[in-house]
Amino acid sequence: MSENILSVRNLTVKYISRETGVCHAVNDVSLDVKKGETIGLVGETGAGKTTIALSILRLLPMPPARIVSGEIYLQGEDLLKMPEGGMRGIRGGRISMIFQDPMTALNPIDRVGDQISEMIKLHLDLNNAQAAGKAAEMLEMVGIPSTRFNDYPHQFSGGMKQRVIIAIALACRPELLLADEPTTALDVTIQAQVLNMMKGLKNELGTSMVLITHDLGVVAETCDRVAVVYAGEIVEIGTADAVFEKKSHPYTVGLFNSLPDITGERKRLLPIAGLMPDPTALPEGCKFSPRCPACGEACTKGPVGLRLESGTHFVRCLKAGQ
Amino acid sequence: MARYVVKRLIFMIPVLLGVSFLIFVILFLTPGDPVDVILSGQVTEDVREAWRESRGLNDPFFVQYFNFIGGIVLHGDWGSSFVNGQSVTGDIMLRFPNTFLLACLTTVIACVIGILLGVFTAKHQNTWLDTSFSVVGMVGISMPQFWLGLLLLIWFGLNLKWFPVSGFDGPRYWVLPCVALGVQNAAILLRFTRTSVLECIRQDYVRTARAKGQTESVITWHHIVRNALIPIITTVGTLFGGALGTAMILEQVFSINGLGRLMVEAIAMRNYPVVRASVLILAISYSIIYLVLDLLYAAVDPRIKADFEGQSFFGRGRFFAARAKKTGHFPKGGGAHA
Repeated sequence: MSENILSVRNLTVKYISRETGVCHAVNDVSLDVKKGETIGLVGETGAGKTTIALSILRLLPMPPARIVSGEIYLQGEDLLKMPEGGMRGIRGGRISMIFQDPMTALNPIDRVGDQISEMIKLHLDLNNAQAAGKAAEMLEMVGIPSTRFNDYPHQFSGGMKQRVIIAIALACRPELLLADEPTTALDVTIQAQVLNMMKGLKNELGTSMVLITHDLGVVAETCDRVAVVYAGEIVEIGTADAVFEKKSHPYTVGLFNSLPDITGERKRLLPIAGLMPDPTALPEGCKFSPRCPACGEACTKGPVGLRLESGTHFVRCLKAGQ
Repeated sequence: MARYVVKRLIFMIPVLLGVSFLIFVILFLTPGDPVDVILSGQVTEDVREAWRESRGLNDPFFVQYFNFIGGIVLHGDWGSSFVNGQSVTGDIMLRFPNTFLLACLTTVIACVIGILLGVFTAKHQNTWLDTSFSVVGMVGISMPQFWLGLLLLIWFGLNLKWFPVSGFDGPRYWVLPCVALGVQNAAILLRFTRTSVLECIRQDYVRTARAKGQTESVITWHHIVRNALIPIITTVGTLFGGALGTAMILEQVFSINGLGRLMVEAIAMRNYPVVRASVLILAISYSIIYLVLDLLYAAVDPRIKADFEGQSFFGRGRFFAARAKKTGHFPKGGGAHA
């Protein structure tokens, strides 16, 4: 259980463009994903969550993106040093990704069944008929009757499209699934369905998962561990239980305070004051310091490292626990 | 789908009637008397009057118009040339194939060069390759066809003597006019293709294909170009129609016996029946081109096909809506989203 499927080490990604300058999207991120584990990446829009996921598959648009430093190990192999041909075998075969917007992630002119079997033919040694049969199986597995194999994406609702995308992602039984806000574009009733289905399939296939979301409810529901991302840095990481129990970073506390509290006495939401810092001009010291209610003098001086809070729970804050 | 084609063919009738009426009015109002041009000034007024009478030019406007339409519809008679008295269909059938061949060859050249370079420059957006082909494309678009035609004539026809300078009798004759017309079309198509491909190249489904581990060539030609085809097809159709319609200039430069030249001569001679018939032939060609374009859209994009199939004979979807109400059954792809 403790074997790491994926290890991201000191990943730094920048977007470099002539107009806007250098955008520090991901700064020195390290992350481990264990076999069968689900880890949640939580943070607001623009925090760099998707960039982390795309770096793992090396799907970042380059230029403008550039992976400045870091290593990404998939069971010991550094993906960033792998030739493009080898990467093609990894993508879809061993790591697959579910994208945020199901409405645009399917090719509008291909039959949904063919879009699933395209993936199967690329990674499994099957002929057309066998691949189509497997694709039909996958459709049934995500709860779509295989009679709809020959339908086009425009004949499907958003929730069904997302199911097709999940079917594509799981078709070759990948070791790791990167799910980038898989339920954000869906309405609430469908969200629960899709999440439950993903959880079930993940357990059935023994897949590890990186779940990117800004929905703390989804994290509580599905994740074993959680990493809170702010301005391209992991500011708090630990088991979901530990982080939810003892929120240590002021940003995490702020995130929870901006959720509605239906049982407590708090009547109003408490939003975090201010905005995320401009990624082209990040503050010195703690990136959260300009918005932090507990910010002290030391916080703005130098870079703040991750500090052990308890067990496997780490926090990037000088004030935490004081 | 067959229903849609029949519907479109039927709707061609009012279009062609409108065109025939317009061209009739324009010719009727054009100053100049065919008699002055065709008969020399030496003949007596009696002869001139008899000539007018025999060709129906003294009839009232609507009588002339209905005779013209009636002739085509009832007898397949498109009229007789004022100059030689022969049926105009003979002249047109002799000339139209040349123009059609010129337009076809030009379009093929434009497609091969324009689409390949368009995809290539889009894939290499913002590199020096992209920039240099953009410059070449601008030059190609800005260069008037007749001028390029003349330059080609002088260089490859007169100086190098590689190709004949006039006529249209075989492949060696086809090269210069097709290149003269094809260069501009290729340049236009290059720009449209580049824009259209660039619009698709950053789409989410392209990223999905990459995330599947698909190879770059399948991503380019299957996922990107097939989705970028609609504007490209439109441009090809428009360029083909344009090549038919504007061929007269190059036909003049290269002395090709085409429909364009026939029209220019007929207009100069006030040879009304030939002008009318030529314009109608072009109008029919355009209508067919646009019908073919629409069918190609449907072949390329299942959403458009569903839209066509869901259309009733006289409006969108009413037929199926009524049927669905009766039977409680919605046809697959009838535009209703699941």
